[in-house]
This record gives sequence, C-alpha cells and structure tokens, in this order.
Amino acid sequence: MADLSIDLAGIRSPNPFWLASAPPTNSGYQVMRAFAAGWGGAVWKTLALEPIVNVTSRFAGQNLGAYRMTGMNNIELITDRPLEDNLREIAECKAKYPDRAIVASLMTECTRESWHELVRRCETVPIDGFELNFGCPHGMSERGQGAAVGQDPELVEMITAWVKEAAHVPVIVKLTPNVTDVRSTARAAAKGGADAVSMINTINSLMGVDLDTWLPIPHVDGKSSHGGFCGPAVKPIALNMVGACAKDPQVGIPISGIGGIADWRDAVEFMLMGSTSVQVCTSVMHHGFRIVADMIDGLNNYLDARGLASVTELIGKTVPRFVDWNDLNLDYKIVARIDPESCIKCNKCYIACEDAAHQCIDRPEDPRLAPVVDEEHCVGCNLCQMVCPVVDCIEMVRVDAGDTVHTWREKLSVPS
Amino acid sequence: MNLGPPIAKRLSRLDVQIEANRCLNCYDAPCTRACPTAIDVPRFIGRIATGDLAGSARTIMDANPVGASCARVCPTDQLCEGACVYNADENPIRIGDLQRYATDWAIETGAILFAAGPPTGKRIAVVGSGPAGLAAARELARWGHAVTIFERDAEPGGLDTYGIVPFRLPAEIALWEAEQVRALGVEFRLGVAVGETISAQAVLAEFDAVILAVGMGAVPRLGIEGEDAAGVWDALDFIRIAKMGGELGPVGETVAVIGGGNTAIDAATCSRRLGVPSVTMYYRRGAERMTAYGFELEFAKVEGVEFRTYTLPKRIVTANGRVAGLELIATAEDGSARPLPGTERIVPVDTVILAIGQTRHTALLDAFGVIHDVNGIAAVDADLRTSNPLVFAAGDCMFRPGGIDAMVVEAAQRGKQAARSADLLLRAEGR
Repeated sequence: MADLSIDLAGIRSPNPFWLASAPPTNSGYQVMRAFAAGWGGAVWKTLALEPIVNVTSRFAGQNLGAYRMTGMNNIELITDRPLEDNLREIAECKAKYPDRAIVASLMTECTRESWHELVRRCETVPIDGFELNFGCPHGMSERGQGAAVGQDPELVEMITAWVKEAAHVPVIVKLTPNVTDVRSTARAAAKGGADAVSMINTINSLMGVDLDTWLPIPHVDGKSSHGGFCGPAVKPIALNMVGACAKDPQVGIPISGIGGIADWRDAVEFMLMGSTSVQVCTSVMHHGFRIVADMIDGLNNYLDARGLASVTELIGKTVPRFVDWNDLNLDYKIVARIDPESCIKCNKCYIACEDAAHQCIDRPEDPRLAPVVDEEHCVGCNLCQMVCPVVDCIEMVRVDAGDTVHTWREKLSVPS
Repeated sequence: MNLGPPIAKRLSRLDVQIEANRCLNCYDAPCTRACPTAIDVPRFIGRIATGDLAGSARTIMDANPVGASCARVCPTDQLCEGACVYNADENPIRIGDLQRYATDWAIETGAILFAAGPPTGKRIAVVGSGPAGLAAARELARWGHAVTIFERDAEPGGLDTYGIVPFRLPAEIALWEAEQVRALGVEFRLGVAVGETISAQAVLAEFDAVILAVGMGAVPRLGIEGEDAAGVWDALDFIRIAKMGGELGPVGETVAVIGGGNTAIDAATCSRRLGVPSVTMYYRRGAERMTAYGFELEFAKVEGVEFRTYTLPKRIVTANGRVAGLELIATAEDGSARPLPGTERIVPVDTVILAIGQTRHTALLDAFGVIHDVNGIAAVDADLRTSNPLVFAAGDCMFRPGGIDAMVVEAAQRGKQAARSADLLLRAEGR
C-alpha cells in the first residue's frame, strides 16, 4: 500500500481526493457522509457574508448516445444558507474528522473590508485553508464577483493580497477557464501571494434548447441564462490549463486540479500534469460519494504495480514533456497496423481514413477480410485507432530509425 | 379466436435507447449486405437514436415495402443479426426488434411515408397481394404507373395476412402494409380470382404489363387412405380460420401435424394455443432437414409441441367418417425417407393437419403464356421476365421449394426487382 497522503501548500489530507466546492459540499450532513465514504478533503460550497437566493431549476446534463452526463451545466449560485450555519457545521465535521482537509470557498464584494470580514468570521472555526472563488461564471459575475474578478489579473492580484493580509491559513485561488490565457490570472494570483491555485472552474455554457418548446435548457419559468459547464467533457481543457500553469515558472505554486475527474485514472493524469490534489464534483453528482472507494483502490493498485511508495511521486512527472509545438520531433513517424485476427470488419477505420484523413486504408475485395493500412502513405494520425471499437486491434507502430531529432524551431531558427 | 399474446415483446424506451446507441454504424455494414432487400440498417438505427422515427421508418419501408411484417417473421439470426459485427461476442444488435419499434411508430402514428410519382400513363396489373405483389405495386406506384392489384381473397396481404399465425404476425400489420400501397393510388380488386373471375386474356388486354405474384396453392394430398375424413385439414386452411375467423369444429385432444416447415410449426403452435393438450409434429426425415427456421423450432418446443422424426403417415384411421387415429411407419435414417416395413404402429389422434408443401398455380401460368417447369415453377430470366415478354414473375411462384429464398423478405425483394424490370420495359417502349 502506497502512501496516498498529500500536502498542498500546507493543507494536508490522507488522500488527494477532495470534493470541489459545489452542491455535494453544501452542508455538514453531506460532508460527513463524504468523509465517511473516504474523501480526503472537501472544499465547502462557497461562503459569503449574506446568503443568496437560488432559482429552480438549476442543472442540465449533456448526454452522448445512451451515456448520461458526459457534461453538466448549472446556474446554481453560491451557498444559500446563513454563514453561521455553515461555520457551525464545518466545526462539527472537523471535530469528527480531524485528519481531513476542510477548505472554505469564499466570495464576497470587491472591497478590502468585506474580504477581511469574511476571512475573520470563517477563522472563528477550525479551517485548513481558503479557496477564493474567482471562477463562478454565472450569476455572481453579474454582481461583479466570481469570474468577473477572475478574468481581470489586476483584481485577482489585489484581492488575493487582501485575503493574505487577513488569513492565517493557506490561500488557494480558484481560476476561471473563461479567459484567453489562464497563465495570466495564475501569475497574478501568485503575485498577490496565493499559496496555491486550483483550476478549472466551470466553462461558460448553454446546455441546450428544447425542441418542443424552444425554451433554453434548463429554464426558470421560461427563461434561462448562461451557466457553468463541467464534467467528463471538460477534462482535456482542464488538463491543458493545469499543464500550462505547472510548467510556467512565473506561476510556481502548487496546483489543485479540477475538471472532469471521474475516476482514479483521471486523477493520475492530473497529478502527472502537476496537480497535488484533485477535486471532484460531477462524478459525485452522478454516482454519489461512494465512488471515492474505487478511486482510492485504483490509485493504490496503480502505485503498487509501478513500485511507487508515495502518490506525490506522480506530481508533475509529465510536465517536462508538455512543450511547445515547435519543439516536437518532425522526424518521428508512426503508422497504423490493423490486427486481422481481432478485427471485426466494421470498416469504421476505412471510412474515417477515406473521408477524413489520408485515404491510406484499403479494403480487400472480400468484405470478410480486414482492411489493410497503406503504410507508405499513413501519416500516423491515430484516427483509425480512435474509431476502432476493438481494444488493441489497431496498433500505432514506430517506423522511423529513431536516431534523429529535428524540430520546427531549429528549422526556422525560431528563438526559444 | 384468441390465440394469446404476440411472441414479439416491445422494446422499452430504455432498451431502444441503449440498443440503438450500441450500434457501431459500420461502413458497408454486414447487416445491410445480409438483408435481401438491403435495408440500410445502421441508418435506420441511427435515426432511431436521434429520435427521427419518420426517417427511420422511411429508410426501412423504402428498401422493404413489407418491412413491418419482416420485423416479425424474418430469421434475423440468419440474416442481419447473424451478420452483425458484434456476433464475435455473440451479442448482436437487436435489429429486428428495432425495426419493429420504428415500423410500429409508423403504424401507430399513421405517418405518411411515401407519395406516388407523376403519372406515366402506363397501366400495370399485379396478380396477388402477398409480399411480392405488394412490393411490386408499391414501387410501380412510386414511379407513377397506374397499378391494379388482383387478389382472390377478401383481404390483401396473402400469406402474411392469412397464412402466418397471429401471435407471430398479426393480420393488421400486413393490412397496414397493403394500406400504404393503396394510399399511393393503387387499385385493389379484392375477391377477384384471375383465371376464374376474370380471364388472363382480359388482364393482358387491359394492362401494359403484368406481374405475377400468385404464390402457391393448397397443400397437396398425401394420397393415403382416410384423407377425406372429417378432422383432416390443409394447414393453411386451419391457420386461416384460426386467425381470421370461421368454424374449425371440434379439434379434439390430440393433433398430428404432418410436415417440417414453418407452416407445420404454425399449425402446431396454433393448435396448442387453441388449447389442444397433445400436439405432435411428424416428419419423415431428421430434424436437421426440417425447413422451419431454428427459432421457430425452438418456439414450438417452448409452446409444448412434440416432435417425431423419421416417421411417415401410412393411413388415417377413421371411425364414423371422422379421424380416429394415424397409422405411422418409421423411415430409414439415411436421408432417403424410405419406409421400413414392419415398423407400423397406430396412434390415436382426433385431428390430422397436413403441411407438406403447397401445390402450384400451373393452369394460371399456362393462361398467361408463362413457361414453367414440371413442378409448376415459373421460368424467369435474371430480370424476372417470363417467357411472355409483358409478364414478370416474383415470389413463391418462381422460387424453388425448400430454399431459404422462400422468405417473406426474398419475396419482397423479387417484387421490387420485377417492378424495376417492368418499369424499364415500359419506359423503353415509350408508349
């Protein structure tokens, strides 16, 4: 059994699996259940000095074929419960589960006094850290909070600094993906003194339109507004932003990864790309807190199989391999090879290559035979392997000598 | 008569969602290649998955004008589902069930799927309104020809309406398919037997071309003693009355069905559902030689039908003009079906149902000037043209017996083919 415990900028938890600030962390009842199930930490549903009012309905799911909730969208705001109730429950959870991390997500008006007041009141209960919600893209942003702050590096730096003036525990800044380059706001957070950044918050979205009523989905009495998109579908966007911040020396602070993490495999990927902890919401909303047992089990077995004693050995290991396009080896060449034995003759690879790639998969005249790759013309794009429904039927095989490296940067003498 | 619920269970919406989305959407899909009418299976399934049921039903019925019937009677394990790439895992897409789902939607909503083409001024007679005749008429009407169907029965649909047990294929399905054809402006002359009510000459004189889709006739006689006794049935008559109404009279406690095809199975399962405690099928060869579909044999076993193979009826024992028993003789197991003297035995039976094939409408072919072989099978070329250049033949009247092509779906394809040939002929003539 590997050591799963982590330390994110001084916030310790017995495993890297935290609940993101979201509906599953709305109350002490839920967080107690989550900790009983094994979650290592919880970022409490965003606290404010005064509770807000939420609307019905609030969520909508994106389905792909028969698969439910590949993504989800919400227009729910921050906590609608009084601050005192939340703080009392935080204290109760911390008393019962002292080894777990409880981080309070915060949002308030853009004034120094307001942020100081919120930090002061929250620190009246035992708390392991703060996460500044600079990411919520809907509702609160119209009040000059959430993403409205998080999209402006100067405000990010300023508010972070205000919070750091008052806080006695580590401060994480949660970043919005609704920016051109997340590194700008991450650098601003670091400059403001943040101990860590977390990303991504939800992505601006409109889930859909009802074909019968022509109403937007979800709607509130016939009208809707844009929401925040999350879930498995956003993982590649989140992973890219985590990687971009992890390799940026001007960010230089630990990262808590968020965005589409649904199982231990996703968690490993985020950690390899530079996350110290991972935060989960949509998958819990889909399946319940119990999924953490499988995440812990899978992670443990993975680490054991690779002979790694601590999960922290994963952190950032892939980051050096995440480079500019200009640094990719133009001499590297792979081609697809189709295993005729396991091929089921669905011809998905053929039509994908024919219509959408490089016309280098041929079909034998006898339709009972497997398609064959024209290796001379194959560009190794992976598309055939991606569409193939049979695991390991199409293999990408290296065919260059493997002894030369030429990059676009050196070709054009592009300065580094 | 109430013969119990249909065999086919409706897919739930959840089943449909899972199953339709499980389809891989293969390119040059084996399921489509395996369908005699070449239904674009991935396309109709994909349209179900996106909720385009009109498009799905149209895809099915465009390729197969009796696609709703075929969704119930096709041996899918030997056709589309047998070819599904998932068969490597023995878990093919439930294509037949999905086809039923889409066509049921069309039936229940009354959707109009097709329109007649601009009139060509050509008149074509289709003799017979079974699957081949309906398919031919549907195609010809969509291409603008004026089509008249002659049907000897009171209702259209042929064997689909009258000859397949209702729990396999309810009559209203075949009648809906006929209605789709009628809605294109096709005239149905029902209760008109060509060769009896109206002469072949009159039909030839009235129309520019003729498509013969007359199917086959009654079950032939066994030629054994006692065959005229009350309680001896032609299987098709028996099924017709059980399905469409009429008087069967007392069937008794014990039924013997002679034959090994799908009609024999239908007569046997029909008897069971009529409440007959003991129903036995007698077949002169081994079970592997039966022409019934495997799933039909399995179904008959589940319904409680018993099987006696390598057994030939020798004599029907009668008492007071009624069936009282059946004298049987064992046959050689070498495939010759040769009776083995000395093995005779008598079993008590109340009803004997004969399902040993069907006779041919030889005289009708003669009347149309259509050359046929000694068995009465119409001779056709690759375009289904008969020896009479204005007459085409499709369906059972040109199929060889015992082959898998005696399927509803094959008949439909031949009907489409004959229609295409007739259309080309009339357009080439430019008359």
